[in-house]
Amino acid sequence: MKTLIANDLSLGYGEELIIDSLDITIPKGEVTVLIGGNGCGKSTLLRSLARLLKPKTGTIVLDNKDIAKMRTKEVAKKMAILPQTPVTPDGLTVLQLVKQGRYPYQSWARQWSKQDEEAVVHALEATNLMELKDRSVDSLSGGQRQRAWIAMTLAQNTDTLLLDEPTTYLDMTHQIEILDLLFDLNQEHGRTVVMVLHDINLACRYADHIVALKDKKVYAQGRPEEIVTCQMVQDVFEMTCDVREDPLFGTPMCIPHGKGRCIVKQVAQEQQRQISS
Amino acid sequence: MSRYRVFRTKKDWFSFIYDPKSIIIFSLLLIGLLILFLFSAALGEIFVHPVDVLKLFIGEGTEMHALIVNSFRMPRILTAIFVGIGLAVSGAILQGMIRNPLASPDIIGITGGAGVAVVAFLAMFSNKDNALTVSIQWMPFASFLGALAVGFMVYVLAYKNGIAPMTLILIGIGISALAQALTTMFMIMGPIFRASQANIWLTGSVYGANWLEVKILIPIILVLLFFSLLVARRINAQELGEETAAGIGAHLQRDRLIFLTLCTAMTGVAVAFAGGIGFVGLMAPHIARRLAGSSYGALIPVSALIGAILVLGADLIGRTMFSPLEVPAGVFTATIGAPYFIFLLYRSKRS
Repeated sequence: MKTLIANDLSLGYGEELIIDSLDITIPKGEVTVLIGGNGCGKSTLLRSLARLLKPKTGTIVLDNKDIAKMRTKEVAKKMAILPQTPVTPDGLTVLQLVKQGRYPYQSWARQWSKQDEEAVVHALEATNLMELKDRSVDSLSGGQRQRAWIAMTLAQNTDTLLLDEPTTYLDMTHQIEILDLLFDLNQEHGRTVVMVLHDINLACRYADHIVALKDKKVYAQGRPEEIVTCQMVQDVFEMTCDVREDPLFGTPMCIPHGKGRCIVKQVAQEQQRQISS
Repeated sequence: MSRYRVFRTKKDWFSFIYDPKSIIIFSLLLIGLLILFLFSAALGEIFVHPVDVLKLFIGEGTEMHALIVNSFRMPRILTAIFVGIGLAVSGAILQGMIRNPLASPDIIGITGGAGVAVVAFLAMFSNKDNALTVSIQWMPFASFLGALAVGFMVYVLAYKNGIAPMTLILIGIGISALAQALTTMFMIMGPIFRASQANIWLTGSVYGANWLEVKILIPIILVLLFFSLLVARRINAQELGEETAAGIGAHLQRDRLIFLTLCTAMTGVAVAFAGGIGFVGLMAPHIARRLAGSSYGALIPVSALIGAILVLGADLIGRTMFSPLEVPAGVFTATIGAPYFIFLLYRSKRS
């Protein structure tokens, strides 16, 4: 069984501990979403899974091998990462960016083999960017730019994709567009997707597996419909809410309490609350 | 693949993709450089007709012309060209490594280090009668060692589990200031006419270049240029930022050490033979990026040509426009470079 496993993992910067002896297993071929409050260490965890951060203790095992002992290029052929806010050099075209995904396969002499070309064309087609390939990345809209970066990770041709908040700074249309794309990649090509998302409702809809982090530890992990409850949201995000079934998808949907304009009759709302609790 | 062209040998052993536009730009710049080369050989106190210059290359022409062009002008022209290449490519590599278009070898103190070495050399090897106790031929060597020492020092001081670009710049600026202070100190300590000699050198000039120096300069720059082209794709990877670069399998720290070594060596050699010609390392890669995009496979050769044109052009203006007065090339590169730098700062502030 090939998977990504973290054993007794502790992470931190300097003296500060951010993740404390944590164990997780990322299920193969599924979509896993890491959730948690701001600064709970979900991005840190993702970075260490991608070998961008050395663990203080513990190991991360990919396909039965400790990633700390693997060659950088070997890791890059199995796992691709999209950082939170990637920077694009001025004037870099979409094709030039996507081509960089082939880096682990190239050498100084072999910079554009047939396989490279096929993988890049495939990545551009999957992300629907073929028409824009000669445009410079900084001239694209937010959603297109994010697709270009995803295309780069696709060109890497890895079984596993790690993405740190791929929908940040995007409007709703483009958030759904990006998540649909990742969903297709998972469904059609069986790629394992691990990502950090802020929107718990979208997490419930797209994730097969949710890992909720709290106080440097895993608070809960499992299928959204099993673990996303009022109690869990309260503990992890320190917010009271109702959890209902999404009327379209049937996945859990979290409705925060708090203030706001209420146009349902007060009594009816009160009743609703009592029923649900 | 519409815009790009592919070159591939059988079985993919050697293959790359390129933008035909960058080939056109490279060719145009090369033609520009050749024209400038011809004019530099022709112009001066004694005018040699460009046709006569061309005749010299095929072994004809008068002895008088041969003396002027081959012995007096050619070493200077070749020095200007290769110094320009060295400074420009060094700047291009540094900007890619630090991911900041405002970076240049001057800023991280490499040029300053060479400067200290030169004034120290002039101060230490002067005897009581103000004559040099060793041959002046050793001066470029001292300057190269100075550049290398500073490059190494900046790297070691900035090292903390690897080097972070920002730390490198800050340490570099600090070392630059220190170098400046030491330079002034040595200039005051040494004999006064050495100070003015040092001053001309610090401004940067290809005045007094000779064939012996040219024969050392050209092969070193060509070798370093070759290695720079080999690592071009690694610079491309680093330009995407630390995390992405590591994610696609680049060796961040090992590559940074290679970049810094190449950058220091190129600047060191250039400064050794022509002094502190400023702003070329900043301007050339920047102009190249606007012309040929940010892929280093094209950026390095295009920067190299622009650097050569800048230094050769500055030298041509410097020695003809105010004749019989000689104005060091560094004065002209700074005259264009400083406003250019301010313009860049202004633009980066607005965006």
